[in-house]
Amino acid sequence: MIPELGQLALILALLLALAQGVLPIIGAWRGNATLMAVARPAAAGQAVFVGAAMAVLVYAFLTYDFSVAYVADNSNLALPWYYRITAVWGAHEGSMLLWVFILNVWSVALAAFSRQLPPAFLARVLGVLGLIGLGFVAFILFTSNPFLRELPMPVDGGDLNPVLQDPGMTFHPPVLYMGYVGFSVAFAFSIAALLGGELEQAWVRWARPWTNVAWGFLTCGIVAGSWWAYAELGWGGWWFWDPVENASFMPWLVGAALIHAQAITEKRGTLRAWTILLSLFAFSLSLLGTFLVRSGVLTSVHAFASDPRRGLYILCFLIVVIGGSLLLYAIRAPKVVGGKPFAVVSRETAMLIGNLMLTTAAAMVLLGTLFPLIGDALNLGKVSVGPPYFGFLFNLLMLPVVLLLPFGPYLRWGRGEAGTLKSVALRAGIAAIACAIAAAFFVDGKAKAIAGVGAAVWVCAGTLLYVAKRWREMPRGRRYPAEMAGMLFAHFGVGIFVVGVLLSESLSVERDVRLAPGQTETVGGFDFRFDGVTETTGPNWRADQGTVIVSRDGKTVATMHPQKRTYARGQVQTESAVDAGITRDIYVALGEPMDANDIEGAWALRLYHKPFIRWIWLGGLFMMLGGFVAAGERRFRAKRVATAESVAGTVESPA
Amino acid sequence: MSRILPLVAFLVLASLFGFGIWWNTQHDQTAIASPLINKPAPSFDLPVLGDPSRSVSKASLLGKPYLLNVFASWCIECVHEHPLLMTEVKSLGVDLVGYNYKDDPAEASAWIEQHGNPFTMIIADRDGRKAIDFGVYAAPETFLVDARGVIRYKRIGPITQDVIDREIKPAIAALAMEKR
Repeated sequence: MIPELGQLALILALLLALAQGVLPIIGAWRGNATLMAVARPAAAGQAVFVGAAMAVLVYAFLTYDFSVAYVADNSNLALPWYYRITAVWGAHEGSMLLWVFILNVWSVALAAFSRQLPPAFLARVLGVLGLIGLGFVAFILFTSNPFLRELPMPVDGGDLNPVLQDPGMTFHPPVLYMGYVGFSVAFAFSIAALLGGELEQAWVRWARPWTNVAWGFLTCGIVAGSWWAYAELGWGGWWFWDPVENASFMPWLVGAALIHAQAITEKRGTLRAWTILLSLFAFSLSLLGTFLVRSGVLTSVHAFASDPRRGLYILCFLIVVIGGSLLLYAIRAPKVVGGKPFAVVSRETAMLIGNLMLTTAAAMVLLGTLFPLIGDALNLGKVSVGPPYFGFLFNLLMLPVVLLLPFGPYLRWGRGEAGTLKSVALRAGIAAIACAIAAAFFVDGKAKAIAGVGAAVWVCAGTLLYVAKRWREMPRGRRYPAEMAGMLFAHFGVGIFVVGVLLSESLSVERDVRLAPGQTETVGGFDFRFDGVTETTGPNWRADQGTVIVSRDGKTVATMHPQKRTYARGQVQTESAVDAGITRDIYVALGEPMDANDIEGAWALRLYHKPFIRWIWLGGLFMMLGGFVAAGERRFRAKRVATAESVAGTVESPA
Repeated sequence: MSRILPLVAFLVLASLFGFGIWWNTQHDQTAIASPLINKPAPSFDLPVLGDPSRSVSKASLLGKPYLLNVFASWCIECVHEHPLLMTEVKSLGVDLVGYNYKDDPAEASAWIEQHGNPFTMIIADRDGRKAIDFGVYAAPETFLVDARGVIRYKRIGPITQDVIDREIKPAIAALAMEKR
């Protein structure tokens, strides 16, 4: 009975989404205040009913209701209660439900915190969000219903994908979805602006905090995913350029470009069409990410091949949403006749170069990800491109971005002073070269590591010099407005990230060894003594657990317990042991027993020494912080006092 | 003109995805199975489940076609397809051989006890070594092997009524045609 209530709640949510999607937009078109007023309560109602459906699903998991097929497939009697809750988004149906719920959270937040928006504009924005919700709720109800019954009811269920049975991984999907779905707000703002003929020029300013927060969440989700891959997959890698990772990385790149493009448009009134296009792209790529991961177009094994209806539905949905919005763009995009002209040396020029690099990188990732599909289409056979393609092109594209970063804050809007720039370049350059030379002695002259230190110091020194300059020149309280502080955090994060990547990639020592109990292997100056394998059990798994004592110069540094777990359904999952540190990680993963008949009990082990790898995620966290802090800018919340700059941009729109 | 460009680019992309979906429906399952189709089944000599003293070899099964169904007591999908094995598949007119995959013999026997035994015989591949030769990568899978020991058809994933009607029955009918 209870699961049917969940279904009923979803049907009601569908009707409310329909109301939210259609009525306010008609109201805004006709100037009918009553219809426009439907938007807020409809958004709230949709959130309540989708939330209720979520609650019903949680309840079904907590009470072991295996008559619900989704519950039976993704949980069992031995699964601990916290994983039974997170199992709600452990597979396709539930994660789509989570997607819609997060969309509702964003809509309600928007309805609550947008009192300063003109009613017609807000009605259009909420209307667009309603239409997106409509598409997804219909998708759930017609192709991916999590409340379907399975009769006769099985005695016990299957298992939650062991990959997801990890504390770090439980929160990865919701956070990532917060980012993905968050771009729907910027998207809705742009569509509303196109629909309304951009009568309201200040919309870019209102859209900015939402974009920044969404991007912050997306950053956090990607960092969590990368950390999880490192800790769980047992290979010690932190990024694999696989389609699922790329799917989250493309909107991130475009999102980063969008944040900067919005700043230019708000301050200078130029690049309006480009900003709109980027908002459309950011959300389109988020949808595409969902599509690529969920439709089975790229990963054709098992999962979705059985149900091409889902793939087809998502494709049609994409064509309506993305195709429709791009068509609207083609018809109504602002013809920029004015705006302020670009000076060669100016902040907007630098940001535009960064923008082009970021979007080109996103296009490059898209091409690489879709390459196998293109190969099929052109009958080239099974082809794919791997890390060498991505790694080479991405580094190449990001080089100008890294070089430009320190100058960003120094450059003025509209004009630049070559003098200041020279002094910044000189000081940051000297610091970078000095540190790189100093580093050369510690890294055995490895070029990549030296380049890493140099680039990172270049970025960080430039950023810190600006922090110092503001401190000297501005009165207390006006030194670091939120927008600027966020920018400084994020740019500093890029520096930290760069040093983490290049140092860990060039200095890591990775060794796959065969060790019998009692034997010792030396890797990266540490002695790893293998003390054998014992059996251990958890609530729904049993594991071989190794013991490895790590010591340096006879002093014990860490006692590590890598595991190889076997879950209820027979899936095997490695749990690497990681001893984390600021300057280095020690990483041990248990491979296979060498031979069942081997009397010594020897095992294959992976022993890694990874210097500075933690800085990769630390840099990511700085960037995330930057996104969140910048969103707190007070100007973004101001009422319709259009800044002098944004009004001055002469924009003619075909209304 | 330049404002139309994003739309055009997207439509190219969308048609690529449409192609991808179509390609999957056409190729997916057989594409994976193809290396083994129309190749001789790997030779095997595996013990009978519950009676390790007896064994069944590929040679002993030559002479008439049979369906080989890979199952295990830990496999959830196997429970789903089992009722069909008990009814429809059993009455297709060919032997149905059970291939117990990476399973504990006691648990496997108990599972058969509980769900019924549609098989003419069950062979046990406890460590899954031989299954590698068969290209098994998950249970359930089903092979159709002809009288000369050649694999003629392979199904990855559970059998459904649809699969029986549209794939297995025609494949068996094709074997009967050759005989004449």
